[in-house]
Amino acid sequence: MTASIRKGFEEVGNQVVFMGGFFKNSFRRGFEWNEFIRQCFIIGYKSFSLVGITGFILGFVFTLQSEPTLKAFGAESFVPSMVAISMIREIGPVIIALICAGKISSSIGAELGSMKVSEQIDAIEVSGANPMQYLVVTRILACTIMIPLLTLMADALSLVGGWVASNINGQFTFLLYFNKAFSALTFSDLITAVIKTVFFGIAIGFVGCYKGYNSNRGTESVGVAANSAVVNASLWIIFLDAIAVQLTSVFAYS
Amino acid sequence: MENNYTEKTNPRHSEAVVEIRHLKKSFGKKEVLSNINMDLFKGENLVVLGKSGQGKSVTIKCIVALLLQDEGSLKVLGEEVKDLKEDDLKKLRTKVGFLFQSAALYDSMTVRENLEFPLTRVLRMTDKEKIRESIEEVLEGVGLLNAIDTMPSDLSGGMRKRIGLARTLILKPEIMLYDEPTTGLDPITSREISELILQMQKKYHTSSVIITHDIACAQITADRMLVMNDGTFIAEGTYVELENSPDKLVSSFFK
Repeated sequence: MTASIRKGFEEVGNQVVFMGGFFKNSFRRGFEWNEFIRQCFIIGYKSFSLVGITGFILGFVFTLQSEPTLKAFGAESFVPSMVAISMIREIGPVIIALICAGKISSSIGAELGSMKVSEQIDAIEVSGANPMQYLVVTRILACTIMIPLLTLMADALSLVGGWVASNINGQFTFLLYFNKAFSALTFSDLITAVIKTVFFGIAIGFVGCYKGYNSNRGTESVGVAANSAVVNASLWIIFLDAIAVQLTSVFAYS
Repeated sequence: MENNYTEKTNPRHSEAVVEIRHLKKSFGKKEVLSNINMDLFKGENLVVLGKSGQGKSVTIKCIVALLLQDEGSLKVLGEEVKDLKEDDLKKLRTKVGFLFQSAALYDSMTVRENLEFPLTRVLRMTDKEKIRESIEEVLEGVGLLNAIDTMPSDLSGGMRKRIGLARTLILKPEIMLYDEPTTGLDPITSREISELILQMQKKYHTSSVIITHDIACAQITADRMLVMNDGTFIAEGTYVELENSPDKLVSSFFK
């Protein structure tokens, strides 16, 4: 019991030190622009189809499921507003972040884990180069920028999905649907959602890098790093979302 | 043992580039290095022979501060490693090359990019022509100029070791540390790698520590040898001296 508590505190301490290393190395001379752009491409562009399809189907299914209930109250004209508010404020950022935790955090964890096992990280370190700057800073910053962009794209596609779903019965023109959707939204909805996704992005990149960079030496640890990266990143996202919802309900929507 | 070998070897050499005294290192309750005393003299090839798991790799990882010792003194090029600040440690590491057992090539990069990596990050070279010349020179040295645009996954074990050696030598280190350079290779390739180590030592005038349990590699490369057992050195001498050692454990390596 005491040992596991101590281990928990050690883990927290190590994560704080690792985060400190990330900030310290972010401002060091010789920022790795090429690697940063490569990571933006891998994290952003290569997740494009997964995130896009998910966003579209989320809006589509959400509309199909909620339309009959609203129809019973004669309130089907509220469908675009409801889809827009719930997708942009909450469902879009959280679901897309969870999907990215599965795809991106695990792949960063596995990549850095296998680099650790095959001594590539040690090789960078003993050559006198800076592995934190090359591997960690670039990946966390790429996640921080690409996750909000992916979420915005998914939000937009979810509205298109919602329009397609409500148009199955030919009820809404494209213009009317988007007019209704956007009139229900305020600027603070978008801003708070984007700020939230920035933190989700940091969590996804940080957890993936931390788990991979600190994995053990055996090949089994690569799988463990990938798995624990997904689990921890998902927990972080849910936890951060709970805090963000509390803060926005106090400051933005009060 | 300690007094014996320092008295015996010091007169043969002018300057020690690595000096280790009473080095201890444990992992949890397991003591891996119990009392290591070692000198590496300028220009020599020192082979450390020993069974697996005796602490050979831990010793050289302490030299480059990949692992920190629990006790004892470890000086590299006159500087106490554990007292160095981050930037000074980086400077020192550029003078010490390390060839990993697995060669540790960066999987996501071509051979050219692997060799560019230390030049642009450590030496901060920007002149593309000079970078190209350095890469081609060092690849020619290890006989693999034609593999310049190959991915590491397409290389054989021996080729990977050669490229790993080239990537280390491109920084022109004063000290080379080889961690099991011939492990996992067939006897012919092992011999080629051992001869390459010797050639590179002559070309770049490095002082080397070669960790191995491959006696053929030791025979080719060693100027002096140390035998390690249970976290300490139990014998020291030339290849011929150790081959005829009355100690059964020492002589068993040569059978």
